[in-house]
Amino acid sequence: MSRVRTLLRTAVGLKFVVAVTGLVLFAWVAMHMLGNLKTFLGPAEIDAYAAGLKTLGAPFVPHGFALWGVRLLLLACLVAHVGCAAKLVARNRAARPIPYARYVPRESTFPARFMLVSGGILLVYVVLHVLHLTTGTILVDPFVEGKVYDNLARSFRNGAVALFYVGAVAVLALHLYHGVWSLFQTLGLDNPDRNRKLRAFAAISAIGLFAGFAAVPLAFLAGTLE
Amino acid sequence: MKFILRIWRQDHAKGAGAFVRHEIDGISGDLSFLEMLDLLNEQLTVRGEAPVAFDSDCREGVCGMCSLVINGRPHGPNALTTTCQLYMRHFRDGDEITIEPWRARAFPVLRDLVVDRTAFDRILEAGGYVSVHSGPKPDPNSMPVEPEVAEEALDAATCIGCGACVAACPNGAAMLFTAAKVSHLGLLPQGQPERYVRVTRMVEQMEAEGFGGCTNLGECEGACPKGISIKFIGRMNRDYYRSVLKEPIDRRGRMGAQ
Ligand code: HEM
Ligand code: SF4
Ligand code: FES
Repeated sequence: MSRVRTLLRTAVGLKFVVAVTGLVLFAWVAMHMLGNLKTFLGPAEIDAYAAGLKTLGAPFVPHGFALWGVRLLLLACLVAHVGCAAKLVARNRAARPIPYARYVPRESTFPARFMLVSGGILLVYVVLHVLHLTTGTILVDPFVEGKVYDNLARSFRNGAVALFYVGAVAVLALHLYHGVWSLFQTLGLDNPDRNRKLRAFAAISAIGLFAGFAAVPLAFLAGTLE
Repeated sequence: MKFILRIWRQDHAKGAGAFVRHEIDGISGDLSFLEMLDLLNEQLTVRGEAPVAFDSDCREGVCGMCSLVINGRPHGPNALTTTCQLYMRHFRDGDEITIEPWRARAFPVLRDLVVDRTAFDRILEAGGYVSVHSGPKPDPNSMPVEPEVAEEALDAATCIGCGACVAACPNGAAMLFTAAKVSHLGLLPQGQPERYVRVTRMVEQMEAEGFGGCTNLGECEGACPKGISIKFIGRMNRDYYRSVLKEPIDRRGRMGAQ
């Protein structure tokens, strides 16, 4: 534990936390996207999938335990990820008190410079998304617990809601276009001999996640699913 | 050729600086950027004005003293060159050229374009050394080093400590410099005894100096006159994580039987 505390004293150490939690969040997001695609198999499949998440680990653990375990892990990762990233941003700002009159970036990509903004948008999106499709508090009326397909259909018939989701996952894709490569670089796992492959992996992950996530709201909007 | 120079002028470390316009005419394309500034300073001195303070020493790209941000780029528009290796033929007649000092909290401006880079010296002092024995001269080749490893260590060792990496980094991070210094010793067998102590101390010193953190933008690599690769940053991170989370495993002491 004291070793972890040592880690949090330096920017290099904080980046370790951002990278490791980013990796966990990325792995989870990828599974979430694949799970969502079950919507295309019809109401019965996606509703059964949602019910299955609650009985995960049965009969060894009580109803909902595994799901809540995963939720708590994700929440911890998100808090650590955002907390350490925010601390880094504050340090980085302080490290250049006087800005340049002229500054021409040479190497950095747009998604890399956009990380703070894309992360901030994601944070807002995550809250709205949970309020929408987990608790059913906003954007869907009536919300019926467990009737996943119907809830989706009722929400995404509204073009604004569907496009909001497409926009949010586009921002996620931008965050991960840089982030998935960046985490390997941070952890010292990138090297000139595998740099191209890792960057391709990050790009393909970002595009694949965007396509997979955006497909569901767009399909409801276009009437392919109803 | 004729140029309009917008130069950051600041009397002393605590002073409020501002950009001042200077015009200069009759510049040959074969003059180096620093020689052009020398000429400007001669003219300013003749007119009884204060010359522009800027750093330089070797003027051949090896010492790392020259340090100007020219039109938004540390060491100017060309890749893999220092300011002293930049020539006026790289500009167009009549160009307006903005000249600023390195900007970082850890590199305070002393005067005009001169900044205090002793933070780098303190990072080096914190761990940039190896232990050597003081006995008789060792046999040649008694410590074999693979050629690839030697070459990689030499790549890192070409860092001249100019600070362009810090100047280019939007976070004012000194990761490329520190990584180069950590790696050129850490890659070689001579550097192994202090490998993990070195990386911890140097990273902590970097922190104490007030440099920012890396967001893997890669701007440092693009500005580095020696083309030091950000792969060394990854390597330093890995050594640092190993050092903090694992090494050295202290197995001194006694154990009880059960
Ligand atoms: C919810 C709000 C979020 C915020 C505010 C946020 C913010 C940030 C920031 C500021 C960085 C550092 C950027 C850099 O070092 O270049 C970062 C990196 C990263 N983020 Fe996020 N992020 C958020 C959510 C997510 C999510 C949901 C994921 C995964 C799906 C994710 C994955 C990553 C990854 C993989 C990195 C790269 C780590 C590294 O650079 O070493 N982030 N994030
Ligand atoms: S890493 Fe490159 S830019 Fe940074 S101090 Fe060394 S030579 Fe200069
Ligand atoms: S003056 Fe020595 S490197 Fe430019």
